[in-house]
Amino acid sequence: METLSLLGGGMLDALTPMNLAWACIGVLLGTFVGVLPGVGPAMAVALLLPVTYGLDVTSALIMFAGIYYGGMYGGSTTSILLNTPGESASVMTALEGNKMAKAGRAAQALATAAIGSFVAGTIGTLGVIFFAPPLAEFAVQIGAPSYFAIMLLSMVLVSAVLGASKLRGFLGLFIGLAIGLVGLDGSTAQPRAMLGLNQLAEGIDVVVVAVGLFAVGEALWTAAHLRRKPLQIIPVGRPWMGKDDWRRSWKPWLRGTALGFPFGAVPAGGAETPTFLSYVAERKLAKGGKGREKFGEGAIEGVAGPEAANNASAAGTLVPLLALGLPVTATSAVMLAAIQGYGITPGPTLMTDQPDLIWALLASLLIGNALLLILNLPLAPVWAKLLRIPRPQLYAGILFFASLGAYAFRQQPFDVALLVVFGALGFAIRRFGIPVLPLILGVILGPLMEAKLREALDLSSGDLSGLFNEPIALIVYAIIVIVVVAPLVWSRVAPTATPTTPHEVLEKDRQEVGS
Amino acid sequence: MIVVAYTPDVYGEAALAHAVTEAGIRRLGVVVVNATRGDAFVDERFASGERLAELDAALGEQGLTHEVRQPVGVEPSEAVIDVVKEVGGTLVVVGIRHRSPVGKVLMGSVAQRILLDAPCPVLAVKPAG
Repeated sequence: METLSLLGGGMLDALTPMNLAWACIGVLLGTFVGVLPGVGPAMAVALLLPVTYGLDVTSALIMFAGIYYGGMYGGSTTSILLNTPGESASVMTALEGNKMAKAGRAAQALATAAIGSFVAGTIGTLGVIFFAPPLAEFAVQIGAPSYFAIMLLSMVLVSAVLGASKLRGFLGLFIGLAIGLVGLDGSTAQPRAMLGLNQLAEGIDVVVVAVGLFAVGEALWTAAHLRRKPLQIIPVGRPWMGKDDWRRSWKPWLRGTALGFPFGAVPAGGAETPTFLSYVAERKLAKGGKGREKFGEGAIEGVAGPEAANNASAAGTLVPLLALGLPVTATSAVMLAAIQGYGITPGPTLMTDQPDLIWALLASLLIGNALLLILNLPLAPVWAKLLRIPRPQLYAGILFFASLGAYAFRQQPFDVALLVVFGALGFAIRRFGIPVLPLILGVILGPLMEAKLREALDLSSGDLSGLFNEPIALIVYAIIVIVVVAPLVWSRVAPTATPTTPHEVLEKDRQEVGS
Repeated sequence: MIVVAYTPDVYGEAALAHAVTEAGIRRLGVVVVNATRGDAFVDERFASGERLAELDAALGEQGLTHEVRQPVGVEPSEAVIDVVKEVGGTLVVVGIRHRSPVGKVLMGSVAQRILLDAPCPVLAVKPAG
């Protein structure tokens, strides 16, 4: 009951005309960047970080949340109409969605994606509202050693479990941790990795790193692949669904939500696994049906399930973000940086320190989700037109905002030079296939993790046993060991096991098609 | 050879129709050029593979010597003129459209560049009606 009254208060905050306007701007901007492959919500939030420091924190976060959800919607439009999934989470949507569109059912595919996202996003947000506060209450009681262990778990999961290569994952993580180390040491004021540059004394600002990696890096990458054969877009009118489509969609929506939310909520992060699992589940369940499109020919279940899973997991990632201060996606990592930029300490105390902020944010997520549905169904043809924007003009704009943002933050030309350095790094990690998520997580979580490590070691006067004196810490360490060791053992025991990761399955499908 | 600057819309179809008529009169072959700058995800003036195959078949039925080209990553006007020079074109056919003064400043004009730069006569046509 208390939760509901708090949510009611948040609704009142979120429904003020100003905040409602920011939510609108957020969802429009989010869909805009989601539709364009390569320009994602993480880049949009990073670019807007410096702009929003003039806003009050509630409005800024409401807008970012809108961008986050809007990006998911936009991605599904591109996947379905163009067959170019903008991010790994919409790969599964593209599989059946594009086949539906080719069979003349683009309107239905877009509709089931949009309505499914709305259903999943709403249920997921309600999940956040009911799970995050108790988790935060519990997390307030745990000490520095356990906290350190949980952060370590999150980093290991993101680096080792997501993505195709553990080596590349850890490479990214360590680059990020190294960047996070730069600056004066917090407790002894010793310079670390400053290369004799006094401008680095305060550390490297996360905004500059994020904008450099996401915006400048992506712009360089695009510049290197500027001219490509245009893709054939499938023309579409206003999305709609028939009675049969509704009947076939609602169960996959709910199943997708049930799969997506827990995966988002545990710090294993990413929408890749749940969308994949949802796709596989729907494919298995669909085998009995008669007189319908089969999987592989554009089955609506194959769009409804993964798309719901995608949005539910996006909502789920807000649980660790708000309750523990742990981001598990690139976008939520940048949102965490935004929260820090306002001088607010993310972590379990966030919910009790800033209740107005959190409840307004959660309420605006529900509102943003409804806005997305209202906007996106009629606007789908307009969004599709965005894909005609020539890349030179688009990326010139992005680079302009990137440089402006990097400079505006401290009015130091040095920051613009740093931006260029991180842009080059962003290009390099794409070139060598190093995932960006562990890297940005290392930059943002590294310093927080170091603070907890030192706190724990200070309490035990530098004795390492201080890291293992809480039961929760021990349990988390055990999980880390299992996560790292189990796959190694598994591959020994069953060397030719059936494919288990999305990458392997897609690869196998491709081979089957080829042979 | 007669070179056609083709786009999959009424202007391109008009240009193609006139080119085919001219080719019949002059007893020449036709080269269809559909170029794109290739700098956006979608270019509506870039014909699909199916459309080009249709076109190829239609030209074949009329017994014309013909060729269909689709250069990517070039300025469309330059691509057309390069083809003219390469095949020794004697006529370029291009469809023209109404542009507002502002539209011309913003987008440039492929037809205008072809008119000014082509080494041979240019036939500029409008869709019927």
